[in-house]
Amino acid sequence: MAVSTNTILICAGGACISAGEKSVKQVLEEKLREYALDGVVRVVETGCMGACDLGPIVAVFPEGVYYQKVNAENVKKIVEEHILKGRVVEEMLFEGPQGKITEEVHEEHPFFKKQVKIATRNLGIIDPMNIDEYIARDGYFALIKTLTQMSPEEVIETVKKSGLRGRGGAGFPTGLKWELTRKSPADKKFVVCNADEGDPGAFMDRSILEGDPHTVLEAMTIAGYAIGGQKGYVYVRAEYPLAIERLRNAIKQAREYGFLGENILGTDFSFDIEIRIGAGAFVCGEETALMNSIEGKRGQPNVKPPYPAQKGLWGYPTLINNVETFANIPPIIIKGADWFASIGTETSKGTKVFALAGKVKNTGIVEVPMGITLRELIYDIGGGVPNGKKLKAIQTGGPSGGCIPAEYLDTPVDYESLKKLGAIMGSGGMIVMDEDTCMVDVAKFFLQFTVDESCGKCVPCREGTKRMLEILEKITSGEGEEEDIEKLEELGQTIIDSSLCGLGQTAPNPVLSTLKYFKDEYEAHVKEKICPAKVCKSLIRYVIDPDKCVGCTACARVCPVNAISGEVRKIHNIDPEICTRCGSCIEVCRFGAISKVSP
Amino acid sequence: MEKSICEQHEKLYAELDKFIEEIHADGSALIEVLHKAQQLFGHLPVEVQEYIAEKLNIPVSKVFGVVTFYSFFTMKPRGKHQIKVCLGTACYVKGADRLMDRFKEELGVEEDGVTKDGLFSLHGVRCLGACSMAPVVMIGENDFYGRVTPDEVPKIIRNYTK
Ligand SMILES: Cc1cc2nc3c(=O)[nH]c(=O)nc-3n(C[C@H](O)[C@H](O)[C@H](O)COP(=O)(O)O)c2cc1C
Ligand code: SF4
Ligand code: SF4
Ligand code: FES
Ligand code: FES
Repeated sequence: MAVSTNTILICAGGACISAGEKSVKQVLEEKLREYALDGVVRVVETGCMGACDLGPIVAVFPEGVYYQKVNAENVKKIVEEHILKGRVVEEMLFEGPQGKITEEVHEEHPFFKKQVKIATRNLGIIDPMNIDEYIARDGYFALIKTLTQMSPEEVIETVKKSGLRGRGGAGFPTGLKWELTRKSPADKKFVVCNADEGDPGAFMDRSILEGDPHTVLEAMTIAGYAIGGQKGYVYVRAEYPLAIERLRNAIKQAREYGFLGENILGTDFSFDIEIRIGAGAFVCGEETALMNSIEGKRGQPNVKPPYPAQKGLWGYPTLINNVETFANIPPIIIKGADWFASIGTETSKGTKVFALAGKVKNTGIVEVPMGITLRELIYDIGGGVPNGKKLKAIQTGGPSGGCIPAEYLDTPVDYESLKKLGAIMGSGGMIVMDEDTCMVDVAKFFLQFTVDESCGKCVPCREGTKRMLEILEKITSGEGEEEDIEKLEELGQTIIDSSLCGLGQTAPNPVLSTLKYFKDEYEAHVKEKICPAKVCKSLIRYVIDPDKCVGCTACARVCPVNAISGEVRKIHNIDPEICTRCGSCIEVCRFGAISKVSP
Repeated sequence: MEKSICEQHEKLYAELDKFIEEIHADGSALIEVLHKAQQLFGHLPVEVQEYIAEKLNIPVSKVFGVVTFYSFFTMKPRGKHQIKVCLGTACYVKGADRLMDRFKEELGVEEDGVTKDGLFSLHGVRCLGACSMAPVVMIGENDFYGRVTPDEVPKIIRNYTK
């Protein structure tokens, strides 16, 4: 029987844990014990499997059958049907955009087929708490290879030739950065991993840290060897306690195995890694601010130059790379620069990990080759926009990025093409927006974020963004004047030109890019006092259609402010003076009688 | 000052001392020490900041500067149950602002406010890493609510008032 070789993988990524993974695991283990299978079937908690909206996900190997939305109840079926009787539980099968995924066809499915997993190669496959599983998937072989067969120069040459560019947002060539840091003369050097992941709608780095922490440690150690460093820091945001826990455990194991510490693998190279925890400041993702924070200071940016490669932590040359950038290093060392450079486009090599979210059917973590079109990403992998709504725009790059309108769906995803459209590759947040999204409100949302997060060191960023936000508030509340749109453009340009760090220099992007593509929507707010997407509260009203209302009283009962009047079986009415536009009534009306109108 | 701190506080200070010793903390470990202190005391009142400054041998002004810079640190006590409404992009696109409004209304507090009975405080946070379940709300460290609609808010609050 196949029983003896079964392994059950259960996703313990952030979304699946939130969806009840722990209780599923508990019941699963109880059931296995009940049938005395606990000795032969292994249960392994993995990192994010990438289909977070369908979690918790459970996969049975070696068959490779994936189950979705598993709960403490139906998990019993997996044991009783699949494990005991060898029968796949049809109704729980994982469903991708093109239907259910059954045995074997897994690899053929567009959701998987269009993805190329390099940085996320181990996610959802290994137990992140167990170093042996990482080793079984070629883990630490790259470190062994570099320490025993390569000179630091050769390592740098390989990274340069691979064409890898920074995945933290700016896309600076990684090999070149390593070389610059190596060439800075000093008796002490540091390696820093930027795991601050500030984009407020993205969780790629978190998934890698939680699902495959050793890959980051291995790559940092390789980097340490290449630049001539002795010590590394991973700077993780405080909001990621699980990532911190798994990293701590990984560091401990790596030390025990001799992959970290004195005289690694018997060579004369010594290197160790420590964790530093952030404290909730977006600007600390900026490299100089981050280093100030590691030193225990206020996390404000410094003027560059000097760059970290020359003067970083405590004044010593410091190499700083993003989590995903590091995660690409071990495969590059093992498979070679040419292999990596064969994937992607002319200027953007390899893959990019995206956190797909918003108004898209399949949300989660995806890794795609550079050059894939947005259409393939959103439709073939993402399954398109749910509820028959129309795609309006795609936001990349978070608060530093921009919105790409639906007309540009055939744009390839690479650093240059996205930049040309006024957006950026960013760190990998990708938010899909449908027709119900108001682009002026989106701009306001991001501006509110930058106003909250500006460190206050320079005036254009601190005061300018506030002024822009005020104007946007004016426009969305129906008080906008025609010259406001021009003022936004002017102010935006001033902030870009005169801010000290990347936060200020990119803060106006969400406004400028929406102005570029959705100016008519701004104008509708200003001139006609209409919010076409019916989002801006001051410009909309909730109304009940007397022809459709049957007087069921459902709306009146949920209205938190008693704005709805009407007796049973009589037509109801909303008082716009009292109504707070909370939207609850629309959701409960089963007769579709309530709608939003603007103005 | 020493005498006025009650017994319970003394225990907390002792634990903080232990932590500082364990990690051989100096000035550069200030943020870690503050994390620990906030975990122990719930917030970071001036006395605690002064204590840490003395322990790490750095000026109080530096400690204060760091505490006020990072949004994670608070000098005000928070509610027994901290309600964290995600205001990240994915949640925003799925209507998180309406959720926040409803919480404000039901609790009668503004963002970062504490209810009179001290039971709840309300906070807007950025991406909880579960964007697939947007909009999401987290209460305390462990209770997680996904795909929340505004009219579920009263029910959620009631889970903690009983
Ligand atoms: C305001 C601001 C926030 C940033 N946040 C992050 C972040 O969260 N994660 C990250 O890796 N890089 C972030 N960066 C970019 C870093 O400054 C730096 O370029 C990056 O860590 C370099 O690594 P890479 O070359 O591997 O991309 C941010 C930059 C700015 C200006
Ligand atoms: S641009 Fe903004 S965030 Fe950057 S240093 Fe200036 S004030 Fe601070
Ligand atoms: S939108 Fe909210 S406040 Fe307005 S009538 Fe409907 S339920 Fe009441
Ligand atoms: S967290 Fe489980 S699939 Fe992403
Ligand atoms: S934006 Fe709310 S969980 Fe990510």
